[in-house]
Amino acid sequence: MNLDLARWQFAITTVYHFLFVPLTIGLSFLVAGMQTAWVRTGDDRYLRMTRFWGKLFLINFAIGVVTGIVQEFQFGMNWSDYSRFVGDVFGAPLAIEGLLAFFLESTFLGLWIFGWDRLPKRVHLACIWLASIGTMLSAYFILAANSWMQHPVGSVVNDATGRAELKDFGAVLTNSTAVGAFAHTLTACFVTAGVFVLAISAWHLRRADRPGTHTEVFRPSIRVALVTLLVGSLGVVVSGDLQARLMTEQQPMKMAAAEALYDTVAPASFSLVTVGSLDGSQEVWSLRVPRVLSFMATGSFDGTVEGVHDLQARSEQTFGPGDYTPSIPTTYWTFRLMIGFGMLAGLLSLVGLWLTRKRATRPIPRWFLTSSIVALFLPFAANTAGWIFTEMGRQPWLVFGMLRTADGVSPAVSTTSVWISLIVFTLLYGGLAVVEVGLMLRYVKAGPPPPAGVVPIATPTPSVSY
Amino acid sequence: MELTTLWFLLIALLWTGYFVLEGFDFGVGMLLPVVSRDETDRRVALGTIGPVWDGNEVWLLVAGGATFAAFPEWYASLFSGFYLALLLLLVALILRGTALEYRGKLDDDRWRRRWDAAIVGGSFVPALLWGVAFADIVRGVPLDADHEYTGTFFTLLNPFALLGGVTTVLLFALHGAVFLALKTTGDVRTRAIGVAKVTGPLLVVAGGGFLVWAVLAYGPLWTLVPAGVAAVGLVAGTLLAARGREGWAFLATAGAIVAIVVTLFGTLFPDVLPATDPAHSLTTTNASSTAYTLTIMTWVAVALTPIVLAYQAWTFWVFRRRLTRDDVAGEAGLPVRTGAHAR
Repeated sequence: MNLDLARWQFAITTVYHFLFVPLTIGLSFLVAGMQTAWVRTGDDRYLRMTRFWGKLFLINFAIGVVTGIVQEFQFGMNWSDYSRFVGDVFGAPLAIEGLLAFFLESTFLGLWIFGWDRLPKRVHLACIWLASIGTMLSAYFILAANSWMQHPVGSVVNDATGRAELKDFGAVLTNSTAVGAFAHTLTACFVTAGVFVLAISAWHLRRADRPGTHTEVFRPSIRVALVTLLVGSLGVVVSGDLQARLMTEQQPMKMAAAEALYDTVAPASFSLVTVGSLDGSQEVWSLRVPRVLSFMATGSFDGTVEGVHDLQARSEQTFGPGDYTPSIPTTYWTFRLMIGFGMLAGLLSLVGLWLTRKRATRPIPRWFLTSSIVALFLPFAANTAGWIFTEMGRQPWLVFGMLRTADGVSPAVSTTSVWISLIVFTLLYGGLAVVEVGLMLRYVKAGPPPPAGVVPIATPTPSVSY
Repeated sequence: MELTTLWFLLIALLWTGYFVLEGFDFGVGMLLPVVSRDETDRRVALGTIGPVWDGNEVWLLVAGGATFAAFPEWYASLFSGFYLALLLLLVALILRGTALEYRGKLDDDRWRRRWDAAIVGGSFVPALLWGVAFADIVRGVPLDADHEYTGTFFTLLNPFALLGGVTTVLLFALHGAVFLALKTTGDVRTRAIGVAKVTGPLLVVAGGGFLVWAVLAYGPLWTLVPAGVAAVGLVAGTLLAARGREGWAFLATAGAIVAIVVTLFGTLFPDVLPATDPAHSLTTTNASSTAYTLTIMTWVAVALTPIVLAYQAWTFWVFRRRLTRDDVAGEAGLPVRTGAHAR
């Protein structure tokens, strides 16, 4: 009971936190870029872009920060046996994340928000860049920690102390899994920020026939968004390809489950749709593209890909009797939703770049603007599906091959306590979502500050946002 | 020095940084209704912590992360054992952080009043709970042979712990009042000094009682020295604030916080989480990570901490000026009913 509740709580708090994180990472970079363009050219449009997108960035960042505290506390609260087992290895990147990254982003973001009038222009610009770098460093260290759970390198289990112990910290930090995950996550952050800027710019450009719609701000914004989205999407594909091969080698069961591949085959086809038996143990019918899975998994069109049944038998030989197969419907569908939503977002950038290729005069077709607004959910859904896949595909392991999820939960915490915290967090986070989205929409609708020389009516200067 | 002892000291240092810095944030938050009569006053008061509160709160995240890395058993037993108290703390910190960032974003009285309530409550609850938690850590909690907590939420609410909670509430209120007096002018400053004059004596009584109890019941006698230093710091801070010497007063209350953390960690050592049955206590040695991990973490801390201190100090230098009512004029946030939508 506690195990299920603790897993639900981790899923809810972490998926929720990660709705805000990718936008923070991607958008801080874009805002820093916009401000750089303003400092270099002195063009007022870039300043207005910086202030408009900067304000939305801050509304998003606030919730990312406050829900991030929970992330660090809940390992100890709900997963104390996990913490005891992994602390020697997992704690170090977590502590470094705080010392190196959180201090950097929080301190320099405070300087950026309140420093518009007090810091020299270039020093002020450096603040947003340092904050942005802080968010990326944070991603690296937490992904290194997570990647160690997927592929535990640089450590051994000490039978005397009953825990994992660090032997080579360099190996943990340069874990191939971490490098792949960082590239994939960072580029996904750019996709997220790209679609966010695209959708909101499209909303404004769609009403460009009405007075006061700031086309001069949103036309350049939409180009920035489309280029970011294209670069991000290409990065996601390349890094995802690298990750698929690492996964086949390091966590073959996750790959087999992702594909609902029950029996080992060479060459393996990629399933577009598979219908399995109700208990998820057999394939009933599927639609397949020949040899593609072999290529994804091994880099060769003839490669052998192991199936669930063989892998289950092999795991039993290594680890003893037990069920080593993750939930196949969950992994299979989250894997497809991640790829599908990501691909759609990437496709949008190609279409959009083609449609906006001529200089600012030609209007963008309405159907494209409408699709761009609808597409806002794509990166958030893809990010969520990706993480659910990554974590569910590792089951039954918490640390792959070392610690089972069932053995990580806190023995001292009562079921009632977990119920209370699960309910409290769910309600609180739900309320925060309503407030955040409401505030975000108001600021989206209000639009950017008026051009220089015009008396500001609606938007206060960011230097004094209290 | 043993690496485990060094890390015990470093963890104490991180908590010191946290309480000195976020202590005044909590104080400003709790005192918001006391030091302000109108919206401009409130903006002045909150403006003093606006640029720094988030950076201050990171000290907590680093203290937590460092405890996880250096003393996993301590982290695991403490966080799972103090479960509901920490849940309450997290809710308070979430509401307060959101409130600090969102209150000024809309120009609407009801919106601001709600967030103000979150700021006051979200500052008071952590100020109270940190005192309760550290008192319980010093006092010891029921742990079994596997270092698992066997008490309940109410085990934590004993007289000693509640006195600890009262102490930190008053301590952060005084520290925050002195900080407000240092960073503002006019009425807010006058009211803050008034608060300091009332809180100071109360704190000397409650906090003095708490520290003497802690030292006599749980600590080696040498911890009376930092406890005495803390008392001197609190008296000096109150007197200096009353005379308008806020800079020195702030150093005195900050020094008192340092001395209090030294006292509490002094009574704790060499345990990190004493158990009611001493055989089950967690100590710097049985709760720690391996020497290899501690060595790496030491290098990281030595390399990064001075840089962090330098840029955080620079932030305080950039925002060193006192805030006036004029500074916060015209920063009302987005109008709710007029303007933006119609344009």
